[in-house]
Amino acid sequence: MSETLKLLSLYPDQMNIYADRGNITFLENRCQWRGIGFEVVSCGIGESFDPGAHDMIYIGGGQDRDQEQVAQDMITTKRAALTEAIESDAVVLAVCGGYQLLGTSWATDSGIRDGLGILDFETVRPDEPRLIGPVAIEIGSDLSKATVAGFENHGGRTWLGEGVRPWGKVLAGHGNNDRDRTEGVAYRNLIGTYLHGPLLPKNHTLADSLITQALQRQGSPEISLEPLEDDLEEAAHRDALEAALSAR
Amino acid sequence: MTAFDTIVRGVGTLSRLTGRGGGTTLPGRLLLKLDPGALSRLGSGLTDGSVLVSATNGKTTTSAMLAAILNSQGESLVANSAGSNMPWGITTALVDGTGSLGLFEVDEAWLPDVAAALDPKVILLGNLFRDQLDRYGETETLASRWRETANSSGAGTTWVLNADDPLVSEVGRPEPRGEVLYFGIEDLAVALPEAPHARDAKHCRECGATLEFAGIFSGHLGHWSCPDCGSSRPLPAIRATDIQLEGMSGLRARIETGFEEGLLVLPIPGLYNLYNALGAIAAATALGVGLSDCLEALSEMDAVFGRVERFRLEGRDLSVLLIKNPVGTNEVLRTLGLEDPPLDLWICLNDRIADGRDVSWIWDADFEVLAERVGSVTCAGTRASEMALRLKYAGWDASRIQVEGNVGASLESALERCSGSLFALPTYTALLELENYISTSRGLERYWER
Ligand SMILES: [Zn+2]
Repeated sequence: MSETLKLLSLYPDQMNIYADRGNITFLENRCQWRGIGFEVVSCGIGESFDPGAHDMIYIGGGQDRDQEQVAQDMITTKRAALTEAIESDAVVLAVCGGYQLLGTSWATDSGIRDGLGILDFETVRPDEPRLIGPVAIEIGSDLSKATVAGFENHGGRTWLGEGVRPWGKVLAGHGNNDRDRTEGVAYRNLIGTYLHGPLLPKNHTLADSLITQALQRQGSPEISLEPLEDDLEEAAHRDALEAALSAR
Repeated sequence: MTAFDTIVRGVGTLSRLTGRGGGTTLPGRLLLKLDPGALSRLGSGLTDGSVLVSATNGKTTTSAMLAAILNSQGESLVANSAGSNMPWGITTALVDGTGSLGLFEVDEAWLPDVAAALDPKVILLGNLFRDQLDRYGETETLASRWRETANSSGAGTTWVLNADDPLVSEVGRPEPRGEVLYFGIEDLAVALPEAPHARDAKHCRECGATLEFAGIFSGHLGHWSCPDCGSSRPLPAIRATDIQLEGMSGLRARIETGFEEGLLVLPIPGLYNLYNALGAIAAATALGVGLSDCLEALSEMDAVFGRVERFRLEGRDLSVLLIKNPVGTNEVLRTLGLEDPPLDLWICLNDRIADGRDVSWIWDADFEVLAERVGSVTCAGTRASEMALRLKYAGWDASRIQVEGNVGASLESALERCSGSLFALPTYTALLELENYISTSRGLERYWER
């Protein structure tokens, strides 16, 4: 194969609190082992990007102060490009704070803040304990179900608007708001989620499906990734699931 | 000592005699329940007052160093060196101990409460890194609480602060009523070639602008300044220059205090231990100990203490280095990188509550730096598989990595596969399991009992 996966990493200096680079390292290695090129371009405060130039966009979580700075910058310099990329089926993985920013509003300890409003959901922060711990969720339709494991740590509670689709159903852990058993949001090729961990090393089949989607967006509809020696990956996935299910 | 105190002391003895767990903190827990003011009341019985040591990384080692210096001066200490660093652990130490000066390591989140109860002579703050966010919230929030404590505490407290950590050094502003004494590293020759990934403090505490660094020694510790408001690293009164790192065997540095200078020969490795030593020297200085006495006590410290331990097991050397967060782990990896390859390693990753249930931090530590230097690797612990996975994705040869969750079995296997020296990298509860295994199965002295 001669493809190259082009990944745009948004605000890697600010939004990286939960080892987000682990997700990128994981994708990079799995591409390289298969002879697929992998390019990472960073885009930070004040910078703009070309929505057509990237197959995958990643944004992680940050401390409150970083997230506030990023939110303002994102609204002014990146909202239009990000919306266009999402609508043209770029693969977007937004984790934790990065997920919250896509909604209409989010909250810090000191108040409500504007989000990008790309999707209809809001995040509030009641005076209740942070939601922390290992999580297991079920994703997919009845035809192809999969289980995803991760770790969550968020003070915010996210409520999806009417008709907005969650990414998964909580099997163990708290999810979006600790009430309705939804986790994350899914729209076209976008996933917003509270699952860090980092997420992809604990779920190698998910990582591979994101790689596949990203390469298909370049116009090659039939991508079938070469299988890899995944014994360690499978063991890590099993143990992460076990950590969540046994804590239930 | 009140009747309560006598009774709870008896409970502690009984609990230890019967071998029930929790003997180290039960008396304090009980006493604080019966009498919430017990910590303050017992503390006021210390004729020479108390010293508190807090940091994300290195508080145990720093306390051990300070204890060595103070013991050499004939000071009789009450310390929580073997026990918990929460209020009930310190209360237990006060119930159990007799001595005139309290030396307590204190959990970062509990520092404000303990400081309020004890009105200490010296508070030594080493660093604040991201560590177990699942327990404590964000580093900036902790730094703000420390600063509030400094600005509301008594005039009799000297704040000994790491100038190189922007989160810690700013605890000394705007103006605590007590004295402030800074320590730090001057020698930019030992700064990292590039900024590390694991960097928690990026913003000016005064104005929020992104900090600039003339050099970084570890994590976010370095020569920092704010380009917007001019806030910058204060010039440390206690400082290290001319540093020579000598691998696992230790390091040398010139120490200056403004009045005196001398050569520090430290028998334990790593820049992180230089910070621990500088903090201990600065705190001792605040208590009136001369520099040459400090340097002598530190040079004579047994290598078997704190967080670097060495054993001899059937002709093999076992060195134990605690890992628990990205910055500390990076320092361990950097120190191991000075050893001759190939390195034989046993790495034990647990995700119990005391370790932090979130193991994401292993993906922020730069295991990549040892990729070309590894001989055999054994991964153990409750999350052995994810540890092994991390190493594979750091470019380590997967065929050299063995996964065996059980501590004892994996250690034996690692010893069998190693050629002469084995480096053990456990997380906190893994360290306790390792110590327990070595003492029960190998019959070595439980060296942490003194
Ligand atoms: Zn500033």
